[in-house]
Amino acid sequence: MEYGLKPLGRERLWLWSMLTPTILGLVFGTIGSLLATLVLSFFDWDLIGSPVWAGVSNYVALAQNHAYIEAFVNTLTFSALYVPGVVISSLLVAVLLNRKIHGVGIFRTVYFLPTVTSAVATALVWNMIYGRDTGILNFMLQSVGLGPLCWLCTDHAMTSVVIVNIWGAIGEGMIIFLAGLTAIPRDYYEAAALDGANDVQQFLRITLPLVTPSIFFQTIISAINAFQAYDYIYMLTRRSGGDSSVPVAVFSIYRNAFHFFRMGDASAQAIQLALLVGVFMAIMFWWERHYVVYE
Amino acid sequence: MKKSQYKALVDILTYVALGLGALTMLLPFLWMISVSLREPAQQYARDLIPNPFTLQNYVDLFEDLPNQAFPYLVFNSFKISLLAVIGQILTCAMAAFVFAIVKFRGRDFLFALLLATLMIPPQVSLIPNFIIFKYLHVIGTQWPLILPAFWGGAFGTFLLRQYFLTIPRDLVDAARMDGASLFDVFWRIYLPLSKPAVAALAIFAFKDSWNDLLHPLVYLPTDLHQTTLTVGLAFFQQQLQLGGKFTVLMAGAFLSIVPLLIIFFVAQRQFIEGIALSGVKR
Repeated sequence: MEYGLKPLGRERLWLWSMLTPTILGLVFGTIGSLLATLVLSFFDWDLIGSPVWAGVSNYVALAQNHAYIEAFVNTLTFSALYVPGVVISSLLVAVLLNRKIHGVGIFRTVYFLPTVTSAVATALVWNMIYGRDTGILNFMLQSVGLGPLCWLCTDHAMTSVVIVNIWGAIGEGMIIFLAGLTAIPRDYYEAAALDGANDVQQFLRITLPLVTPSIFFQTIISAINAFQAYDYIYMLTRRSGGDSSVPVAVFSIYRNAFHFFRMGDASAQAIQLALLVGVFMAIMFWWERHYVVYE
Repeated sequence: MKKSQYKALVDILTYVALGLGALTMLLPFLWMISVSLREPAQQYARDLIPNPFTLQNYVDLFEDLPNQAFPYLVFNSFKISLLAVIGQILTCAMAAFVFAIVKFRGRDFLFALLLATLMIPPQVSLIPNFIIFKYLHVIGTQWPLILPAFWGGAFGTFLLRQYFLTIPRDLVDAARMDGASLFDVFWRIYLPLSKPAVAALAIFAFKDSWNDLLHPLVYLPTDLHQTTLTVGLAFFQQQLQLGGKFTVLMAGAFLSIVPLLIIFFVAQRQFIEGIALSGVKR
């Protein structure tokens, strides 16, 4: 609070009116919802009758619910593949773009395109590309003597979905890393070059340590996105009965709440998802204290 | 190897790697456009260049969707997204101004609380919000998609606050000397001076709302005249699973991304700077 305008007299009214929407958002949108979901997770409720106290039975039931365990494990597997995939590939693209080359603007635009466009629209074309007998990807594989693979069948669907999600997220990561990379003073590299450090040494000793704040930030963003991943997965793996070949946690919450009207179960699952995010953030902030270099 | 030769070699490798990556990024879009310009009988053909070339799918799009729903879907998506943009700009800017400029007790606590909500997955709000909207009798209308845009948000508030902090304080002090109220300072100084950041937030809010799938699935009726483009396209795809004109679907997919492509090409700088700004730790 080093600087700030003091509201004068009736301006206090202005101040709080300007904050009212945000406070409503905290009450109804985020913090209030978190508490309400927590409360609901201890009840059985189908939205029509009255809620019935259920104690921790919804949580106990989750531990025995194979469909839910599958969904939770899928979310973890997905995140474990997706997060490093996005961080490494977007850092790589950013490092290459940060070399003094021509056409940086064009490359940046192209890599960013999937981030702008809707997952629904691009998933429609990915569905065609992944087609088993008719897709262009299998055609390309076969022309070099491989495949065909059933990209969206149970065996490979996870990999295929991770690929599309990474494809859709490289652009945003690239921008974060470019911002971090351009902030590194050029003279560091010049000094290192004078001392005889080669490109690899410069990358490992200068770039990597100084870009750790961006890696930290991008890992958190990617992980939060991974835990909530839904659009591509829904579009690529849903089956006619309304289920999915790669059900993830969000899919399971959605189905329980709005198809089966089991609000208690769905709330318990949402709370578990929130706990997962919480635990992950705790680990990340521990990691930040030990490994992230701030100038 | 000489130093200049080494640099040339690394440059070539850089271009090759970036070029291959760029091709992977572009191919799905090229394929989408290519399929949308083919005769339906050619929908699975392997050539990128359509042969024969036709625009018929774009005409059929208005006929083939059940209830001739395409224009309705586009209208609904535009309406909801534009209202969401207005809501986000107004409410986030007001809060951001207060957090950046005004001094009052509890400010830092409230701001920290708001930032902490970034970690709460939106799915947690889904069920309580559904219940609130059910008691307000607005399930099946577009209100549940519009109202939440008017209660601020951590991302937009943070983004604008970061920008507001860069505006020189002398301006405020001078205006205060002249008797400007808090709201004057906000409305006449901060908002006009923050066009790039406001534009960035507008683009993000539009994009998120336009591309949203989960919330329209939950709240809107299955009636294709009242739902959004994303739900309409997902529904149309399901209809086609048993065999049908995917060429028309691709025409719809392409038209659905055109507004965002236009915004992106016009305001690319704001968009990219907005993301970079949100990644800056202060």
